[in-house]
Amino acid sequence: MPLLEVKNLCTEFRTGAGVVHAVDGISYTVEPGETVAIVGESGSGKSVGALSLLRLIPNPPGRIVAGEVIFGGRNLLTLSNDAMRQVRGGDIGMVFQEPMTSLNPVLTIGRQITETLEQHRGADRAECDRRANELLRFVGISDAGRRLKQYPHQLSGGMRQRVMIAIALACDPKLIIADEPTTALDVTIQAQILELMQRLTHQLGVALIIITHNLGVVARYADRVNVMYAGRIVETGRAADIYHNPQHPYTMALLRSVPRLDRPRQARLDPIEGQPPDLTRLDGGCSFRARCRFAVEACAAARPALVASGAEGQSAACWRSGDLAPESEPGRAA
Amino acid sequence: MTTPLLEVRGLKMHFPITEGVIARRRLGEVKAVDGVDLTIGKGETLGLVGESGCGKTTMGRCILRLETPTGGEIRYNGVDVAKLSRKDLMALRRRIQVIFQDPYSSLNPRMKIGTILSEPMKVHGIVPDSRKRADRVRELLTLCGLNPGFADRYPHEMSGGQRQRVGIARALALEPEFIVCDEAVSALDVSIQAQIINLLEDLREQFNLTYLFIAHDLSVVRHLCQRVAVMYLGRVVELASCDEVFENPQHPYTKALLAAVPVPDPSVEAGRLVQPLSGEVPSPINPPPGCVFHPRCPIAVEECKRERPEPREIRPGHWAACSQIA
Repeated sequence: MPLLEVKNLCTEFRTGAGVVHAVDGISYTVEPGETVAIVGESGSGKSVGALSLLRLIPNPPGRIVAGEVIFGGRNLLTLSNDAMRQVRGGDIGMVFQEPMTSLNPVLTIGRQITETLEQHRGADRAECDRRANELLRFVGISDAGRRLKQYPHQLSGGMRQRVMIAIALACDPKLIIADEPTTALDVTIQAQILELMQRLTHQLGVALIIITHNLGVVARYADRVNVMYAGRIVETGRAADIYHNPQHPYTMALLRSVPRLDRPRQARLDPIEGQPPDLTRLDGGCSFRARCRFAVEACAAARPALVASGAEGQSAACWRSGDLAPESEPGRAA
Repeated sequence: MTTPLLEVRGLKMHFPITEGVIARRRLGEVKAVDGVDLTIGKGETLGLVGESGCGKTTMGRCILRLETPTGGEIRYNGVDVAKLSRKDLMALRRRIQVIFQDPYSSLNPRMKIGTILSEPMKVHGIVPDSRKRADRVRELLTLCGLNPGFADRYPHEMSGGQRQRVGIARALALEPEFIVCDEAVSALDVSIQAQIINLLEDLREQFNLTYLFIAHDLSVVRHLCQRVAVMYLGRVVELASCDEVFENPQHPYTKALLAAVPVPDPSVEAGRLVQPLSGEVPSPINPPPGCVFHPRCPIAVEECKRERPEPREIRPGHWAACSQIA
């Protein structure tokens, strides 16, 4: 049985310009201990989709309008607010992008960790302090005793993100949702944090949903990948299959548009022309068709659903995914 | 090598840290740039890479004379930029322009795109005729891949990629020869990033532009630059042709930086062992003695704690500041 099952999740925002369908019917599963990456560009709905799982969408203007999020046999979307609070930071931990704004600036590091433990475990003071100390050492912060008494501004960005990870791990979660956990960090620190997260999640058997736009990070750390575009999952599958044999034109184009350190220098990059669509004005057709090299008339008529294509467990939402061998692609550099 | 258009010698930019409003006391200084030498030839693109706080942006700002350096010299076409009068500085700014990182905060939200693009021409008194200016604005927009009708729009009506194109058009308005691109593509999504990189390359070719390309994304730098300077804590630790830096890095910091970048290919990544650099970048207020990299360096010896290594030419055109490289 999957640890998490998301079914047809839809989240929309009411804005002056109209209703933004930020997440437009996404379904996926996460198995225990697995790392699933959600990739996409800004506005693709990857963060909103993850925040919706925990019902962290500000309402108004946002609203989860449909779907189910089954976690541990319960639908998180119908839980009472109290029960939901027990899930957040309890069975599901969170790590956000900006460690400066997601930690409370007026509380010490120690207090922020023990708060979680008291809330979820009802542990006493001494027990909390002991556990907080252990957690900090666990995430590779030396001199834990002193660090616990410090405030977030006294820590570097990488250190703050380690504290976030310690808080996420505090109550032995089954799942951690990490929203762009290293985007704000430098490359050498990014490598430290990601290697740490991978080691800890493997060691503790925690499943991880990692949201990122960095295709290199996904290739290194994810077991499975969901590629999002304009609020929908356009391709899903095992990381190796997605990278080696992408089935959706967007995935193909995305992989081709990045310069790579492991390949000879290209004469010219191959961008995806145009802009992502306006999410308030989506029509009935495929939302990628305006930028797609393979678009045909059928693409305007109806929106394609995810269907199996390529390797086992791989599927793509494209009318033409069956007959698109990447080699046959026009203008593809050998 | 081509004749250097820009020559930087022993550049230092130390910012004072002060306390108190009336009786200002000097507590110390941030050594943002601490003795940097480099040259950029005409038509060349030099990449400046490093992590946040290494001084790469300050370098760019000094070259633009947005900061007045506290030491060293910057010669543009042989003239020391730091000693220019206001009037001569004005003339210099026609030739040196900048493209900023954030396309949201670098455009005035209350100005229409047309005004944003014509302002530099007005200030510098080129194209004095307002109708001709409007023509030139349309020409610039087209050049940067935008619809000329965008002249009547406000920045908030445009996407990040479109705004960055406006930022580029603005830099081109004065027909400069040298452009400092400060993280010019970092804030953009990957698919848009490739569009802008291609645009920068096209413009370079068309107008024979020289770029100082400041970035932290190594794969972008490798794609766009002919030579690369790697900075760490206010110093250049390695400087060589792009191929040399990426194929044959010498400095331990450059090696660590390259190893930290995951490649978008699971089969490559599965076989790659990453030993992330331990520790963090020390504070530039109180940089470590000797080699600034020694606290994190995997090959540091006793000597590195005492002696600051100067850049050495390890092979022709390949400079590195490390005493442990043979």
